[in-house]
Amino acid sequence: MSGGGKIPVTVTEVVRVNELIKRFKFERSDGGLLPTFSGGAHTVVEMQDYGTSRLNPYSLMSDPADTSAYTISVRRDDEGRGGSLFMHRHVRPGMEMSISNPVNLFPLDLRARKHLMIAGGIGITPFMGQIAQLSAISGRFELHYAARNPALAAYASELSARYPRQVHLYFDDYDQRIDLQGLLDGQPLGTHLYVCGPKGMIAWVRNTAEAAGWPREAVHHEEFLAPPSGKPFEVKLAVSNKVIQVGEHQSLLEAIEAAGVDAPYLCRGGCCGQCETDVIDYDGTFLHNDHWLSEEQHAGGKKIMPCVSRFEGKTLVLDR
Amino acid sequence: MSKSVLEPSIPSRPVYGELAPRSGKAHLFIADAEGAEAILDMAKTAPDGFFARAHIIYIPKATGERYLERLESLDPGQLYFGPSYEAALPRLRRTLADAHMGLQVYLAGTEGLMGRAMQEATEAGIPHTAIQSEHRGSTARRVQCVHCKGITEEVTTDPFQCSHCGLHLFVRDHYSRRLAAFMGVCIDAEDPGDIPEPVERFT
Ligand code: FES
Repeated sequence: MSGGGKIPVTVTEVVRVNELIKRFKFERSDGGLLPTFSGGAHTVVEMQDYGTSRLNPYSLMSDPADTSAYTISVRRDDEGRGGSLFMHRHVRPGMEMSISNPVNLFPLDLRARKHLMIAGGIGITPFMGQIAQLSAISGRFELHYAARNPALAAYASELSARYPRQVHLYFDDYDQRIDLQGLLDGQPLGTHLYVCGPKGMIAWVRNTAEAAGWPREAVHHEEFLAPPSGKPFEVKLAVSNKVIQVGEHQSLLEAIEAAGVDAPYLCRGGCCGQCETDVIDYDGTFLHNDHWLSEEQHAGGKKIMPCVSRFEGKTLVLDR
Repeated sequence: MSKSVLEPSIPSRPVYGELAPRSGKAHLFIADAEGAEAILDMAKTAPDGFFARAHIIYIPKATGERYLERLESLDPGQLYFGPSYEAALPRLRRTLADAHMGLQVYLAGTEGLMGRAMQEATEAGIPHTAIQSEHRGSTARRVQCVHCKGITEEVTTDPFQCSHCGLHLFVRDHYSRRLAAFMGVCIDAEDPGDIPEPVERFT
């Protein structure tokens, strides 16, 4: 089975955190312990949405030392393809679900002298696990968390109550901005920088750090892309000898899975590289949306990341 | 003149590039002997004002006064000439301890110097892949005897005699970043006394 392997769980708590965010707690249905994980890890939650199966990645935000339960926070996306709406509308305590083993694509680099974290909005969730992990080993960290306003800044008050000296909050509605340049300037040698938040914020942080001479290896980011919708298209799977249709709101990966073909994946968000698939033949245009392949590979027409990328044209034949 | 071409070898053998100016908040150079040429060559492509935020730690060794004036004319923010790496070490350590992110590190010269300075810089928290290095001058090696663990500097022949325990050692390309040294292994362990003539492999 592809992905991180499945664990049957029961939803044991659903909490409305604010107007946009709900928190879910999962425990193993058989009562055992969950696998250990490290801060920054995510799990892929499987949803049976009345005929459509959805698999969405969410960062684990509970303390990695606690394997009795996992918690995630889900921001409702009214414009999205429906995964977050399903979680918000239909998931109730007592419900049986299936989640993947944890996978970490955003781990702390524990060689760092100091961890400088920058979060935007729901991007706070991976840092919750990382901070729990770091405070257990007295690791040095600093969190700079930006949100629209205090009401929407999930977990901000508990974080600043617990770590008053390390946590710094910024609210757009009060015109508060992170002074990134100043912040990066004074950091001791050996500091690692982590950013999770909206696309624009990630690009801003990475570019500013690069211009200031920060080594690439010391700058970490995580951004899950939601698979974009698009025109339906047809694909031939050469190995399994099947012709499949990819629907408007379906990803290519989901269509392959729906046809009963096992395809590799981990993040389902264009960043881990696991789903990389060879193109055997094509006549048309690729709509690449991943962060994995290089520009040359995008132009080359030999590879596609089916979790987020699409195709428009006459024929597409994949080695799957 | 003394740009060194090193033969391709096993993956653990360090490879060196060519120094190029990078954007950063401060620039730290550590060089010895002909390594000065790498700095002078790089200076030709450096943007205006680059050296004002540079600190050069230079150990001339046998080159004596040859490069000193030219290095001075770069007008670096700080310039230090030292008689030996050991003498320069406290200054290097203090510089790294006070440094902030955005510091770029450039190493140039012999492998022994670059390896040891690399050790200090990575210990201070800079990923080794982010440190630039350019090999110039002597290819003499710093070798650790795997038997007595003693380190012999400036090894030019293979085999050579360990300066600590006296065993005759074969010089491998196997390199330890932690020790900043190549590995030397007893050459006559199977047939004591059967020691090949030493060959000048490193000059
Ligand atoms: S599953 Fe991770 S890139 Fe596609």
